[in-house]
Amino acid sequence: MPPEATPILEARRLVKRYGRVIALDGVSLAIQPGRVTAILGPSGSGKSTLLRCLNFLVRPESGEVRLDGVFSDLDQARALDAHRARVGMVFQQFNLFPHLRVRENIALAPRVVRRLGPAAALALADRHLARVGLADKAEAFPGELSGGQQQRAAIARALAMEPAVLLCDEPTSALDPELTGEVLAVLRQLAAERVTMVVVTHDVAFARAAAQEVVFMDAGRIVEQGPPEQVIVAPASERARRFFGREAAG
Amino acid sequence: MIGPDSDLAPDQPSLLARAPWWLLALALAGALLGWHIVTDDLWRDIATRLASGLGVTLLVTAIAFPLALALGLASALALVSPHPIRRQVATLYVQVVRGLPVLVQIFLVAFVLVPLGVEAVRALGALLAPLLEAENPFAGLRASEVPMVARVVAALAFAYGAFEAETLRGGLTSLARGQAEAARALGLSRGQALRHVLLPQTFRRVLPTLGNDFICLLKDSALVSVLGVRDITQEARLYQSATFRYAESLVLLAFFYLSLTLLVALAVRALEHRLRRHAA
Repeated sequence: MPPEATPILEARRLVKRYGRVIALDGVSLAIQPGRVTAILGPSGSGKSTLLRCLNFLVRPESGEVRLDGVFSDLDQARALDAHRARVGMVFQQFNLFPHLRVRENIALAPRVVRRLGPAAALALADRHLARVGLADKAEAFPGELSGGQQQRAAIARALAMEPAVLLCDEPTSALDPELTGEVLAVLRQLAAERVTMVVVTHDVAFARAAAQEVVFMDAGRIVEQGPPEQVIVAPASERARRFFGREAAG
Repeated sequence: MIGPDSDLAPDQPSLLARAPWWLLALALAGALLGWHIVTDDLWRDIATRLASGLGVTLLVTAIAFPLALALGLASALALVSPHPIRRQVATLYVQVVRGLPVLVQIFLVAFVLVPLGVEAVRALGALLAPLLEAENPFAGLRASEVPMVARVVAALAFAYGAFEAETLRGGLTSLARGQAEAARALGLSRGQALRHVLLPQTFRRVLPTLGNDFICLLKDSALVSVLGVRDITQEARLYQSATFRYAESLVLLAFFYLSLTLLVALAVRALEHRLRRHAA
């Protein structure tokens, strides 16, 4: 294994409470470029909260997030917008914009945020649609697509901003089982293209196959972290053994 | 709009049941009136008289509604704003205006707020003129110079702005939270997310309510007659006081309003239909 490069995205001592519940209890995490990091753990362990703190959709109470080594100031709206423009996000519920055609969904942020001309933004959209195998759906409205197609379009929308990191929040959890395959295939293809990804998932098999780094969380803390063959196959902690043992059995 | 039973209905209702009989009945009544207007001198006189007020009715509505929409949009954004002061000011406006009859608001704006505003402008001019080494350009301004029709437009815009504020706020908050999150996650600022993602969806959603409010405003424009502004209602009243022909002029007045409101209702329906062809 090569020596650790500088992390592209780094969280330091993040804390977040919801009422009396501690969702994140001082979590630090470094994301290396060109690698896939999978975050696993039981429901309520803080996985999604951690992911949402990485692009400030959730505002951490303390701690900081650095992108390319640069600290993003929570109190500067512009700095937050700039941070989010460079950190892509794929949601469990896709969240495509229903009033825009698929091509416009993808071209919107490049046009409005990156200030590309309309023609350049649409050409960029078509390129990324082709990348996820949806070139023929450019003119469709999101409501006319299947769930799997919607999620692939949402991935293309995030990629069109050419983000430094792509965050995926349970990207297949809202899909019928027969539709998860096409989305996972796209994510595996991106992994092969060395797109830096952080994926919160319940899919242990996918994490094991696609991730170079696995983070296991429980009760707002990172319990174990390392390559999948270590964390998933031979976990050190009792908590992780129980979790992955159950997953393997179920 | 699909009713709860529509899935259960075994087959399409017959053409006879689907035909818009109500529209046909109205069209027949309209045709009958039209025939009267063409053939009968009295009816033609009244119709011509009312038609002379049509411009004012349309003008008041056409200016007051966009103003109300703008005021309502600003208030709706303030109502959902994270800033507590903006929320409080907007809530104050909406609650005060919703709690007053439109007629009372028209009197208040015309005879209290406008004179106060004119006083304020004159005082401001007197204060600033010496600093700019100029005459106070507003020294000669009198409240009586503000035309009644302008006061009425301001009052109606003010009154309907509060309705539109509630309508738009409701539409905004009904959007899935994920829409705002997805827009912000792409790097759009709060304003960009509103403009490109949230407001277009809100307007599609509240279009039926906006159409309804537009029709209400068109009808409430009749209230301008209490200030002597010569819209179609005022023309009808003037005609009545001169001739005592109440029945004919009132029937024709109703005919004028119904023609306008039905036209708007059908236009809104067509627009809704066009927008609903796509997307949720």
